[in-house]
Amino acid sequence: MLKAIGVRSVNDLFSPIPAEYRLSRDLAVPRQMAESEIVDWFKQRAKENGDGYASFLGAGAYSHYRPVIIDALVQRGEFLTAYTPYQPEVAQGTLQAIFEFQTMISELTGMEVANASMYDGSTAATEAVMMAVRVTGKSEVVVARSVHPEYREVLATYATHQGIPLRTVSFTDTGRLDLKELEKAITGDTACILIQSPNFFGTIEDVEAIAEIAHQHGALLVVSIAETASLGIVGPPRAADIVAMEAQSFGVPLGFGGPYCGVIATKEKFVRQMPGRLAGQTVDKKGKRGFVLTLATREQHIRREKATSNICTNQALVALMVNIFMTVYGKVGLRELARQNLAKTAYAADQFSKHAKVRFAGGPRFNEFVVETSEDPYAINARLLGQKIIGGLPLKKFYPELGHAALWCCTELTTRSMIDTAVSLVAESEHSVRSKKDIEHEEVVR
Amino acid sequence: MTHMTRKATRHISQNEGLIFEKSSPGKAAWKLPPLDVPEVDTAKLLGKHERQDLGNMPEVSEIEIIRHFTRLSTWNYAIDLGMYPLGSCTMKYNPRVNEFVSRVEGLANGHPYQPEKISQGALRIIKTLSDCLLEITGMDAITLQPAAGAHGELTGLLLVRAYQQSKGNPRKKILIPDSAHGTNPATATTAGYAVENLKSNDRGMVDVAALAAQMNEEVAALMLTNPNTLGVFERDIHEIAELLHAKGGLLYMDGANMNALVAKARPGDFGVDVLHLNLHKTFSTPHGGGGPGSGPVAVKKILEPFLPKPVVIAKADGTLAFEYNRPQSVGRVRAFYGNFGMFIRALAYIFANGPDGLRQTTEDAVLNANYIRKGLEGVYDLPYSTPSMHEVVFSDKLQAKKGVKTLDLSKRLIDYGFHPFTMAFPLIVHGALMIEPTESEPKEELDLFIEAMKSIAAEVEEDPQFVLDAPHNTRISRLDETAAARKPVLRWKP
Repeated sequence: MLKAIGVRSVNDLFSPIPAEYRLSRDLAVPRQMAESEIVDWFKQRAKENGDGYASFLGAGAYSHYRPVIIDALVQRGEFLTAYTPYQPEVAQGTLQAIFEFQTMISELTGMEVANASMYDGSTAATEAVMMAVRVTGKSEVVVARSVHPEYREVLATYATHQGIPLRTVSFTDTGRLDLKELEKAITGDTACILIQSPNFFGTIEDVEAIAEIAHQHGALLVVSIAETASLGIVGPPRAADIVAMEAQSFGVPLGFGGPYCGVIATKEKFVRQMPGRLAGQTVDKKGKRGFVLTLATREQHIRREKATSNICTNQALVALMVNIFMTVYGKVGLRELARQNLAKTAYAADQFSKHAKVRFAGGPRFNEFVVETSEDPYAINARLLGQKIIGGLPLKKFYPELGHAALWCCTELTTRSMIDTAVSLVAESEHSVRSKKDIEHEEVVR
Repeated sequence: MTHMTRKATRHISQNEGLIFEKSSPGKAAWKLPPLDVPEVDTAKLLGKHERQDLGNMPEVSEIEIIRHFTRLSTWNYAIDLGMYPLGSCTMKYNPRVNEFVSRVEGLANGHPYQPEKISQGALRIIKTLSDCLLEITGMDAITLQPAAGAHGELTGLLLVRAYQQSKGNPRKKILIPDSAHGTNPATATTAGYAVENLKSNDRGMVDVAALAAQMNEEVAALMLTNPNTLGVFERDIHEIAELLHAKGGLLYMDGANMNALVAKARPGDFGVDVLHLNLHKTFSTPHGGGGPGSGPVAVKKILEPFLPKPVVIAKADGTLAFEYNRPQSVGRVRAFYGNFGMFIRALAYIFANGPDGLRQTTEDAVLNANYIRKGLEGVYDLPYSTPSMHEVVFSDKLQAKKGVKTLDLSKRLIDYGFHPFTMAFPLIVHGALMIEPTESEPKEELDLFIEAMKSIAAEVEEDPQFVLDAPHNTRISRLDETAAARKPVLRWKP
């Protein structure tokens, strides 16, 4: 090949790089490994990584069962190693799958259209807010404090640099958005209200009431959904203008936080302001049905600095996992799955409430709830860890006002015995704190 | 007329409708275990929030699902089927061991909020990959949080903005060469900057004199791809960096084309202040039909305080931890820590190569591109004769005389069993054919590609209409994209 090209050595091909910048040493990276060594290395890391623990963690990343056909199908090279379907004649498989994905997401969210995916729930929520700013031509944004704290952080990062002021509205003792505070925060300049439902505490928001307030002020309502499994049994946020989702619950591994699958769904009338890829149906020269990426004039590769977003690569293969999951469970299975989540959570919350305080008891919830203990939840979790159980997420870091509270999550994979073990440890903790207090009290009296 | 191709032939492919068209009540592919807690009254728990109906969600059996997606998959072209010469996309082989290790229990099911004490394996992967990428790029600090290249670009520009702000003024403009990928200008706008175009010179490189004239205190940074989208190394890179630095500007490098540099040259050594990488290009993680990607951003020391939080640090006892206390951080750009599954794959790729393998990979990538260039020079117009690195850009100038454009050539290439090359950019080449073979292709595949391209050029001379009507051998012919955009049908309805 060198002879054909007409050079003496491969290094001649690198002569365009000025000599002083050419690396003349080996990179200091680990030596070349055999496949067996690579597998061993990662298995070792897995052992250091909490394998074999039962977990009550949710908070935007949910542990649901993943039917095995998902990995069997997404590992087909024709899906795994294909590029973005810009050439529809050789990408009909990916394109039709996206079209089906868009259809099912629209169906589940109660929206009219959905895109092909965004990076994750946090960036989807953020991009949905930016979209609302474009649609309304207004620039203020009101955000519920019960939206996932890390989603709000991402929004803040983007908003700061676009000069979009954010106003945060708190929650009441039912865990729901404080509507009175919302009325005060919203103005004629508000582009949208961003809420999450079920919210970060697992509480289902009154989407219709919030939508009414938003629309009265000429603002849009953006609803973020972090736990898509809820859509099997919780009414979709039809009153919303834009729905921003994290679809990880649908067949995507927890994977220490990613890759996940964001999605944006909305009303047809807003579709031209929507970010991200869209597959559309059309016909070929012979009239045969086919699918293409469409409305590309919204996108960066056509519109450059005038695009609706800079997004290019999305989460296509993860969206395919979600797609297969939705197809497996379908119309009946998604409801039954959600029902089991609801039942496990109701049981767990009920058991916990016998020994500790379950916060926000007034509002309807899906599969998460907040437990307040006398002892610091980090201390309780340390003991649970000894029993190979990962307890609920201590909320102090995100919500100092909630004191010794932790966010617990149950899914269909949470067993009754796991719940009972966790509850008994929390009960022990409460009991010992109480008796300690009694002793102290007696000492004071004496 | 048919120039038979040695690579592809017709084969039977199954017809397949939409999944909704197969649905009928009572079919199911799921089964839940019996409930071990009491049943609940959903109406009582949810009240008016209870969902009554799931509308048109499908009801199908498992074999139907397997067949459905398997049939769809056979309609796709893929790297596993053959060369994917998309310029600047770096469609290299995606090793299967990457997929295997990313699915090891304990890594695949780790929760992002599990205690750090039992997350040491994941943290070690993040730390090891970070260290490798810093060594490869010659930079000082890195974040793996961005989920894709464009997301990395945005993160990089937010870092630039925070840095400039710390010097008293975020500045107004980002300079972008006219050869740049579309995400660059789109990103600059998202980061709150105005875009100013920078003209290329007649060798397809940044015009240093033009840059000197355009550079002033309003410019926050220059976004440069190096090698650029023509596959040309920006020889004057150091002078470019100095021009920027002299007036307080920063040099941002789009690392889309790092496959031309790994183990041969390091951006940190030639004046780059901030760059993003695409793990789904250079580091072999699969494109998956459009994603997921991963877009780490590496920076020089001056930008480190502004990196997104958290960052991974080593504690005194040798364990690793997330550090959140970063007062100057631009904030988060994504929930959790980024596309962790892609970190595993990229690191497995680095392990499988080691220093020697990484060097050879780059050499082979550049060798392959130059072999194609030599093979097609004269057959297709080469608008810039500047030496090529990992990709070569031809134009359709010769074929356009017969009315055949780059899109038509690309559609005919499909009939020969190859995926088309990149056409959408660079904008400075009218009718571009941007070809990047990567190191993965054996000589035999390159020869087939060259043969196919030559054959198409001959067809254009003999029977241009035949090429204009291509593809001829695919399931579907050219699709009506105008109709799709005019009256969008974006979902199935009964």
